[in-house]
Order: sequence, then C-alpha cells, then structure tokens
Amino acid sequence: MQGLLGKKLGMTRIFNDQGHQVPVTVIACGPCTVLQCKTKDHEGYDAVQLAFGDTTEQRMTKAAMGVCKKLSVKPLRYRCEMAVEAGDELKPGDVVTVKLFEGVPFVDVAGVSKGKGFAGVVRRYHMSGGPMTHGGHSKRRVGSVGCRELPGRIHKGKRMPGHLGAERVTQQNLQVVKVRPEEHVLLVRGSVPGHTGTVLIVKKSLKRGQTK
Amino acid sequence: MSSTILKTLDTENRKKAPLTSFAVGDSIKVMVKIKEGDKERVQAFSGTVIARKGSGATETFTIRRISFGEGVERIFPVNSPSIAGIEVETVGQKRRAKLYFLRDRSGKTARTATQQA
Repeated sequence: MQGLLGKKLGMTRIFNDQGHQVPVTVIACGPCTVLQCKTKDHEGYDAVQLAFGDTTEQRMTKAAMGVCKKLSVKPLRYRCEMAVEAGDELKPGDVVTVKLFEGVPFVDVAGVSKGKGFAGVVRRYHMSGGPMTHGGHSKRRVGSVGCRELPGRIHKGKRMPGHLGAERVTQQNLQVVKVRPEEHVLLVRGSVPGHTGTVLIVKKSLKRGQTK
Repeated sequence: MSSTILKTLDTENRKKAPLTSFAVGDSIKVMVKIKEGDKERVQAFSGTVIARKGSGATETFTIRRISFGEGVERIFPVNSPSIAGIEVETVGQKRRAKLYFLRDRSGKTARTATQQA
C-alpha cells in the first residue's frame, strides 16, 4: 500500500532526541477501510479504493452507502484510490492504519491549498514588480506582456493576475517525525497544504528515502 | 477527530519539573546544557528577561545582556530539555509586557528597576 487518507489537525512544535524544537504538522491519518480492490484482470491495473472519515448515513449518497452496507462498515465520507505495492494482500473490508508509515522516513502530502482570492503577479508568481519610488508607476503591475507586431498577440500561458490558491498541491519529501498508532496520528516536519481540517492524501515519498 | 491530540502533545512536550518561576524584567541566570562530543557541561547565560512569548509547550523567553559592550539576545523555549535550571538574580519592576525599549538604551537607563526578592 502506498499511502492513506488523512486530515490536517494543526501545527505545533515538539522536542526531538537532541533537544531541538521541530515544527510539525499533526495529521489524523487513517484508519482507512478498503472498499474495493481493482485487479489487473478485471480493471487493467492493481489498486484499492480507500475510505476515511466517520460521517452519518444521512450525509452519504445511497450508492456510496450501499458499498458500506455491503461490507457492513460505518459510513465513511472520503474516498481515494491508492496503488498497491508488491506483497500487499488486501480485500474489501480490511482496515489500514497509520502503522503503514512506521519506518518510512519521508512522505509526500497532497491536499487543497488555502484560497487566496484574486491575486496580482507579484504575489501570485513572485514577479519583482516595478520601482516603488523615483516616479515609478508600475509599482506592482504586470509590466510588459509581450512583443510588437510579431507575433502580434500575447503568448499562451503568459503569467497574469488571477485566482491564487484553492488548488491541489503536493508537498514532497516531508520527514516523518513520529507515528502514533494508538491515536491514528502522524507527525510530519514542516507544513502541509490547506487549512486545519483539510483532507489530505499521505503517500510514501516518491523521491526520497525509499529503501530497496 | 478532534484536536485533543494537540493538547496531549502539548502536555507531553512540557518539562516534567517546571522551571523556577520568573517574569519579564527579572535578571536571571539560565543554565544551558552544552554537548561537546560525548561530554556534557553546563554554561550559564545571564541577563534581563525582556519578553515571554507564546503559551503552553511552545512558550519562549528572550534574554538580553550586554556582553563586551555589545547587546546580545538569546531566545530559549521555556520547556527546552537543554535548560538545566534557572536562577533568579533580581526581581524587576516593569510596566510593560515586552521590554523591547531596552534595546535602544544603554548604560544606566538600560537597567530595570529592581525590588528586593
């Protein structure tokens, strides 16, 4: 199993073995229930559908509730598909907990970032803007957007003001500081996308710390 | 799915035995554990407490002292395991929560009024 669903609970600082303070994000990670197993023979690839987050039957669609009822599990609110690893033997109804991340040094965390509204290019793309003094009129303006008669249009993808944030962001290579299986909690170093309560997808790191 | 875990973490990260109580304006001596190779020794850093910030396990305090004519400030987490202890040298009288104005002063005016401990 590659990862789990979770929820951001907030940030704090804890002391590590060296007595240094480490900034950590507290993630309520799992337990996730396997709702469906996709196989190479049937769907063309191996994966599992995970569900996470207690809710009430009232808040579920009948179709989603039907799946839960069939497996006689509690109503679960959030779904995601997760690739399986070699040696995983999972069947619908199985529960995967945060113990998955024990011994995993780094994780990637994906979620929807905080919405920042309509933002200019200085804030949105970290452009440097124009001079604030000496008669500068293009203080935080876009500046030049292109050439003259050739090509006579603005290049596609030209960075301009617009909506910032509230999009899916993946934060890679976050160090796992602690796994607390009793509380289903994962502590990762640094910040993760979104506000407190954001639903997150926590996966074993793609790039770092993969042994074997 | 509540933040009780955050409270638990807060409790766990506090010092088991609380430090000697001190307040902003006091002159205190902080005994700092320093690791040199395998050996551990204690070094003292004394000065005036000019700020206490934050709450719970993440609270910090700032100490200012004049060292060889140069102002030096150090920020310590209250619950840091590397603090061996604290001695209050003089108890200061203050009217503000943060004594940042001391940074702009020098000599006699840079002292806090003291009261006998």
